[in-house]
Amino acid sequence: MKKITNTLFPLSSPRVDLVGVEERCAKFTSRSIKTEAKMQGLKMVLSMIDLTTLEGADTPGKVKQLCYKAMHLHDAIPDLPTTAAVCVYPSMVKTAKKELADSNVKVAAVATAFPSGQAPLKVKIADTQFALDQGADEIDMVISRGKFLCGEYHFVFDEIAKIKELCGNIRLKVILETGELGSLDDVRKASDIALYAGADFIKTSTGKISPAATMPVTLVMLEAIKDFYFKTNEMRGMKPAGGISTAKSALHYLVMVKETLGEEWLTNQWFRFGASRLANDVLMQIVKQKTGIYHSADYFSKD
Amino acid sequence: MTKKSNIHALTEWNYTPAPESKIIANIAPRYELFINGKFVKPSSKKYFSTINPATEEKLSEIAEANENDVDKAVKAARKAFHSWSKIPATERAKYLYRIARMIQERAREFAVIETLDGGKPFKESRDFDVPLAANHFFYYAGWADKLEYAFPGKNPTPLGVAGQIIPWNFPLLMAAWKIAPALACGNTVVLKPAETTSLTALKLAELFRDADLPAGVVNIVTGAGKTGAAIVNHPDIDKIAFTGSTQVGKIIQKAIAGTNKKATLELGGKAANIIFEDAPLDQAVEGIINGIFFNQGHVCCAGSRLFVQESVFSEVIKKLKHRMKSLRVGDPLDKNTDVGAINSKEQHQTICKYLEYGIKDGAEIFSHPCELPKKGYWVRPTLFLNVAQSHRIAQEEIFGPVLAVQTFRTIAEVIEKANNTPFGLSAGVWTDKGSKIFNLTNKLRAGVVWANTYNKFDPTSPFGGYKESGFGREGGLHGLMPYLTF
Repeated sequence: MKKITNTLFPLSSPRVDLVGVEERCAKFTSRSIKTEAKMQGLKMVLSMIDLTTLEGADTPGKVKQLCYKAMHLHDAIPDLPTTAAVCVYPSMVKTAKKELADSNVKVAAVATAFPSGQAPLKVKIADTQFALDQGADEIDMVISRGKFLCGEYHFVFDEIAKIKELCGNIRLKVILETGELGSLDDVRKASDIALYAGADFIKTSTGKISPAATMPVTLVMLEAIKDFYFKTNEMRGMKPAGGISTAKSALHYLVMVKETLGEEWLTNQWFRFGASRLANDVLMQIVKQKTGIYHSADYFSKD
Repeated sequence: MTKKSNIHALTEWNYTPAPESKIIANIAPRYELFINGKFVKPSSKKYFSTINPATEEKLSEIAEANENDVDKAVKAARKAFHSWSKIPATERAKYLYRIARMIQERAREFAVIETLDGGKPFKESRDFDVPLAANHFFYYAGWADKLEYAFPGKNPTPLGVAGQIIPWNFPLLMAAWKIAPALACGNTVVLKPAETTSLTALKLAELFRDADLPAGVVNIVTGAGKTGAAIVNHPDIDKIAFTGSTQVGKIIQKAIAGTNKKATLELGGKAANIIFEDAPLDQAVEGIINGIFFNQGHVCCAGSRLFVQESVFSEVIKKLKHRMKSLRVGDPLDKNTDVGAINSKEQHQTICKYLEYGIKDGAEIFSHPCELPKKGYWVRPTLFLNVAQSHRIAQEEIFGPVLAVQTFRTIAEVIEKANNTPFGLSAGVWTDKGSKIFNLTNKLRAGVVWANTYNKFDPTSPFGGYKESGFGREGGLHGLMPYLTF
């Protein structure tokens, strides 16, 4: 087994107090975000979305539609950004790359036996390599939760390090699947392992397990990123995924990022939302801000 | 076709100002004294101004009560006592419940006025002061007809007329802390709010009138120290309940020595907030912030002395400085303001004096360079490093957003340092280890010890101090005792 070579890796992760974390999160949600700040925030949210489809039933046709949506969120409103990326299975990467060729929208591929991660390392490597070969710009991997919960932290660390080695300069998002970890102390520990093993982003969830992203879990992960930054002077990204479907809650997340890490993290280089339904709710709010009319969901395309 | 940019070019994301509307705050140009159920002119014929400390604008003028006025108020209270103490306890409870509900109904107005008059952030008035004030009335309403069960076999009876003098840091809340248990036990009240923050007490008087509370049960006399002295020295007062400075507390205790007056004093503090290396550090940092910057540090139980275990000292300070950057200082009415205005010019001068002491004594000052409004009284959230036990900023109560930081190595050392103060109101302990918490709660000489949290209040929980922080308890079942004889 490989040793942890990074001498900065903490001997033990800091403790987390659930009551305190929930109290802090409640304060983020009581911020009043109105008028210009709201509009700016909503556009920022759109630009941070990894528009996602991860279904067994996905087809090239569906992925093409999703890609079009990513580039043309709502053409009736000018000056809207595109989403940050689309997130698909490796088999759909080629289709997505082709559709998005004329844009800056990235293609993120889930890999390493997503969503369960229940496969031997060589299968995970092959899965990741396939996604890379297809042209993925970003890889979203899952950690081995079973091993983590057994206390085999080195195994989890080495696996992440191996996949990062494979990715090279391609950005790697490491999904902790916090809904399976059981406590915020575990979330913090898994975050530290992922960050020191080479993750460019840490991500809450696959979207296949409930609960997915929550504010307390995200706050604990942001604090891990902050501590990593304090120790290494290097920024890392955060991606809450699954369960954030309203503009209002997305703005609360931005408040949390701003007040926990700082303004520097408020770009899609460092913060993403993994979501499929969020974009339309944000669009509804933007149209409402611009026109004063709150349209029904039928006025926004569902792809 | 040009590519749409997907990197959102961003330098800053600032919250647009979100001030709460002042329209709801119905402030009269002049307020009289509330005696015997009516607003009456002061026999002194004098009025003093009350200002908004965030803008220095005059809000209203307030009657100044002299000895004559206080005498009238005490007489009205005495007269009301005869009937109020005899009506069925369930009837008294009904009035208290009604008052609690009416505070809830007018919550927004109370919150806006509290913020205008005192300078505290609206989010604190809205989420802390006003709801907790209503809760105290609800809680003590519940006790009114259960006193025999609270003190079985002791035949509890009311004392008579209570003279109550309250501070300017939580004006409405302190009025509720004092009035609710007094009335529940069958006493009547003469209350004096602080001269810089009389408005919500006077609004409360309007509410009592609207609630048909019998005349004279609560009388509110406004004024400064002289008015307070008139209450303390009035021969027909049975009990003094005072919250304020230790200095005034000592004067009161001397004044009532040899009389039959009972007293509870809730005085100053210089609380130790202790962070162990095994604490949940990020939450502890929140606790430090909440402990010292809540209500601009105008809190008697503020965690104004921070003790950090040496092994995590630099980490905690780094986190604390980072966290201080996101504190929003400014317009108290803005819903996103975290730290508001200093309550008065006098208090501003006091705090500035201590900032000078700190620098002069050689402590290292840190404050986030945020822009402060031109008008009004403001102090940046500030911490001092390299503080010695003998520095004045570590010994004396500053009552402002100023934190004195020290380190420690062992439990024995931190207990000794924490207890090495004339005060003993509160303390905070942050550790993941339950046994450590219980060890410290036994050894810290403080009335309240918070574990892994800070500045938590509930009507059911008693509050009060040791040593120069005073005596007697408010809140909870204990809070009934000072208003009863057995």
